[in-house]
Amino acid sequence: MAAAMPLALVVLLLLGPGGPARAESPRDSLREELVITPLPSGDVAATFQFRIRWDSELQREGGLSVLLKADRLFHTRYHSQAVHIRPICRNARCTSISWELRQTLSVVFDAFITGQGKKDWSLFRMFSRTLTEPCPLASESRVYVDITNYSQDNETVEVNPPPTTTYEDVILGTRRTYAVYDLLDTAMINNSRNLNLQLKWKKPPENEAPPVPFLHAQRYVSGYGLQKGELSTLLYNTHPYRAFPVLLLDSVPWYLRLYVHTLTITSKGKENKPSYIHYQPAQDRLQPHLLEMLIQLPANSVTKVSIQFERALLKWTEYTPDPNHGFYISPSVLSALVPSMVAAKPVDWEGSPLFNTLFPVSDGSSYFVRLYTEPLLVNLPTPDFSMPYNVICLTCTVVAVCYGSFYNLLTRTFHIEEPSTGGLAKRLANLIRRARGVPPL
Amino acid sequence: MGLLSDPVRRRALARLVLRLNAPLCVLSYVAGIAWFLALAFPPLTQRTYMSENAMGSTMVEEQFVGGDRARSFARDFAAYRRKSGALPVAWLERTMRSVGLEVYTQSFSRKLPFPDETHERYMVSGTNVYGILRAPRAASTESLVFTVPCGSDSTNSQAVGLLLALAAHFRGQIYWAKDIIFLVTEHDLLGTEAWLEAYHDVNVTGMQSSPLQGWAGAIQAAVALELSSDVVTSLDVAVEGLNGQLPNLDLLNLFQTFCQKGGLLCTLQGKLQPQDWTSLDGPLQGLQTLLLMVLQQASGRPHGPHGLFLRYRVEALTLRGINSFRQYKYDLVAVGKALEGMFRKLNHLLERLHQSFFLYLLPALSRFVSIGLYMPAAGFLLLVLGLKALELWMQLHEAGVGLEAGGGPGPSAPLPPAQGVGLASLVAPLLVSQAMGLALYILPVLGQHVATQHFPVGEAEAVVLTLLAIYVAGLALPHNTHRVVSTQAPDRGWMALKLVALIYLALQLGCIALTNFSLGFLLAATMVPAAALTEPHGPRPLYAALLVLTGPAATLLGSLFLWRELQEAPLSIAEGWQLFLAALAQGVLEHYTYGALLFPLLALGLYPCWLLFWNVLFWK
Repeated sequence: MAAAMPLALVVLLLLGPGGPARAESPRDSLREELVITPLPSGDVAATFQFRIRWDSELQREGGLSVLLKADRLFHTRYHSQAVHIRPICRNARCTSISWELRQTLSVVFDAFITGQGKKDWSLFRMFSRTLTEPCPLASESRVYVDITNYSQDNETVEVNPPPTTTYEDVILGTRRTYAVYDLLDTAMINNSRNLNLQLKWKKPPENEAPPVPFLHAQRYVSGYGLQKGELSTLLYNTHPYRAFPVLLLDSVPWYLRLYVHTLTITSKGKENKPSYIHYQPAQDRLQPHLLEMLIQLPANSVTKVSIQFERALLKWTEYTPDPNHGFYISPSVLSALVPSMVAAKPVDWEGSPLFNTLFPVSDGSSYFVRLYTEPLLVNLPTPDFSMPYNVICLTCTVVAVCYGSFYNLLTRTFHIEEPSTGGLAKRLANLIRRARGVPPL
Repeated sequence: MGLLSDPVRRRALARLVLRLNAPLCVLSYVAGIAWFLALAFPPLTQRTYMSENAMGSTMVEEQFVGGDRARSFARDFAAYRRKSGALPVAWLERTMRSVGLEVYTQSFSRKLPFPDETHERYMVSGTNVYGILRAPRAASTESLVFTVPCGSDSTNSQAVGLLLALAAHFRGQIYWAKDIIFLVTEHDLLGTEAWLEAYHDVNVTGMQSSPLQGWAGAIQAAVALELSSDVVTSLDVAVEGLNGQLPNLDLLNLFQTFCQKGGLLCTLQGKLQPQDWTSLDGPLQGLQTLLLMVLQQASGRPHGPHGLFLRYRVEALTLRGINSFRQYKYDLVAVGKALEGMFRKLNHLLERLHQSFFLYLLPALSRFVSIGLYMPAAGFLLLVLGLKALELWMQLHEAGVGLEAGGGPGPSAPLPPAQGVGLASLVAPLLVSQAMGLALYILPVLGQHVATQHFPVGEAEAVVLTLLAIYVAGLALPHNTHRVVSTQAPDRGWMALKLVALIYLALQLGCIALTNFSLGFLLAATMVPAAALTEPHGPRPLYAALLVLTGPAATLLGSLFLWRELQEAPLSIAEGWQLFLAALAQGVLEHYTYGALLFPLLALGLYPCWLLFWNVLFWK
């Protein structure tokens, strides 16, 4: 089998994209595949890919799509869908084109719920369906099961039915082994009328820490109260001996006023100076803060990036309809070239399984990863919107009525002004009285 | 305002205030007290109602059936705890992981400022265990907390069992929109405080703790459970938090809804709900509950682990399972169902709880008094101080007029003498009393080691006794400080001092009443009469006795007696004294461990102010 695989690759290389001999590219071809992989969290991920190239309308039923049953797919922890459409040249001079539609559906099954506490899984338990027949239109219809960590000792785990072939490749810097089930292989289905892939643990897996990815991150808001706070991002490099740089991109809305002088980056208790910082300050109501940093993550370390902020007061028409829910702060984006454990070979996109395109490889020694941290929810000082009218009215009245008069009372003294009665005669009399030394009237 | 700027009318008004001052003061004080006592009666109490739309109309169906599972978890937990003598961290981690949670631990340590004799701890170190149930298809932006505090003794194991069983049940559901954190803390509230500080990455109280590993976004609400028996007769709910903060009333309404739905017997302050509000009995019973709540809130101490969450603007309350001699008992399934219902409703929240009241008093679980209705009670009491201050100001005014300008209409004359007398003579007593307050705040904890070296007492005793010694010494000290006063106007010195003291007291009590009504009202009700009456003439020993009996320390002692009386567990004098000493130590400790503000408030604010009145009384 191991010899057969490279052979197939070579054959497909000749038919690879862009090659001059591509004149008879397969028309109306459908490739479908399902990849099942265990995740570090212990859950099971299933990724479907359907690639269709068509010239005319095409309808299909059967094949892997029987597994797509809505109520099971929404019973999961995570799902994501993607659709790619691109034109493909039918000949070298590109005089006519075909269209390629690629649909991807990734689902993470909660191993705990579907397996009732055990880590076993089967197609039926996950999808409440089994595979009965290949899609009649498909030129390729395969199921790949990641058996990398189990294949070393066959005592612990059993994949049923046993795979006829396996496929090895370097995915995200590590060598992975997949059991391959080809639905077009008639023996596969005909033996039992249906294919219910299942994986059973012969002895319960010990609670060893599952292998974590080399790069992962966490983000949270710290502090309390409605005035200040701190955004903290924890970057984990779990690679045992390689340090690598990470590009951290933060875009923070203007209503969190960042204090850039409080930006601290520490790894292993020491200050970590970023080799590059780009900061674009926010403008109120126009643009958010943009902070981009290139940080070197030492091997086997946790790096904490924190920056303090102050919460701004919004105008009261600027609040969302649910202001007490808080305001979302978008995730930080981490981009990194993570060093590989195993050098990857250049890949031929046409010949290798479809799922390879999900993991692009730049060169052999490292692979590219882009991570998004969790979004944050930050509460801003929020007025009680049921009260503003009362409050504004009352406050204005109190200020208007009381302030002026109180100020007056406190700063002035009051005299009783005697009305000047008598006029000229009295003044004259007073003059005379003063001359006589008698008190005036 | 025209009334005041017209000198003729102003003088008439002044005469009225002067002549009717005493009756007005009495009337105002009586009105304040009467208003407060009337708060438990129907026109002033209103029915509680759910304001939050997200929790109102949508009823949920509780499906929790894991009573046996909870009991077996509880048994295992208790056994492991007895074996290890501390929180069985490894067992908890394993069990939480086996029910499908993401488990983390946090270790913390704290050296208390002096040994805590009530809880028998000094150097505390422990470990908190928490498991996060991640909501499916959500980004961990919001979370709810379910916490169980474990003390040094082996109570609360049933609560841990119920927590684990509920976690297992919740884990199988797919409707969660918010993450749920199941938190088991060691050393009661110290562990809770350590966890909260680490979760918010702040250090308020000098706790040393390891940083957390897992977060679950902004905490929206928290429920704490204390349960020490397999069956309960009633559930008691505690709302009063640190520094008298209260959770949003909607959270309490939510609890009450599920109590009614499940037919659970619910109590507030350990008191059953009165059924009949039309006759006199119901409101009178409500008044007892209200007084208990006022005492509890005034103490400013968290009435359960939920009290510490409130600082972080997390609405929280504590449920306590009570197992008394009542006939009908509920098992863990009933309690679990109520909790499940509450969590499912909280899960529906779209915004933080904000619709309902944050400031309220509770005469019963289904009745409340809102801030607009209880504030006049404090207002009337503070009015006494205002009236008295006004009277003094006018007397000072007129004394000045009489001295300087004879019978002439010299309106500008009174100001300079009033100021002249005031400032010179006031500086010394003000400074001395403030210094006493500062000493009261700093010395007991600072000097505990000196005290233990020279006297045969333990640290905790030393702190309490130093506290009392300084408090009493304050009475002896400051009334010798006004020698500098000019002799030409013997009365004006104490009048100016009393004026300042009255305004100072009124300001302090006003501010306290706004943030913690119970404390403000309690202090006003006790301190105002003595403050208003005190003067260096008349029956001095009587005034002195009244002042001492209404001082901060005596108020605390009296509150303790009243509290136990209302709980129908009256204290003997000796017990009361012991409890008083313990309460002093607890008050100081809570300031250092949780940041409770009652101790600094009394030591730095009210005690010096009270000394000023003492000073007035012994003015020579």
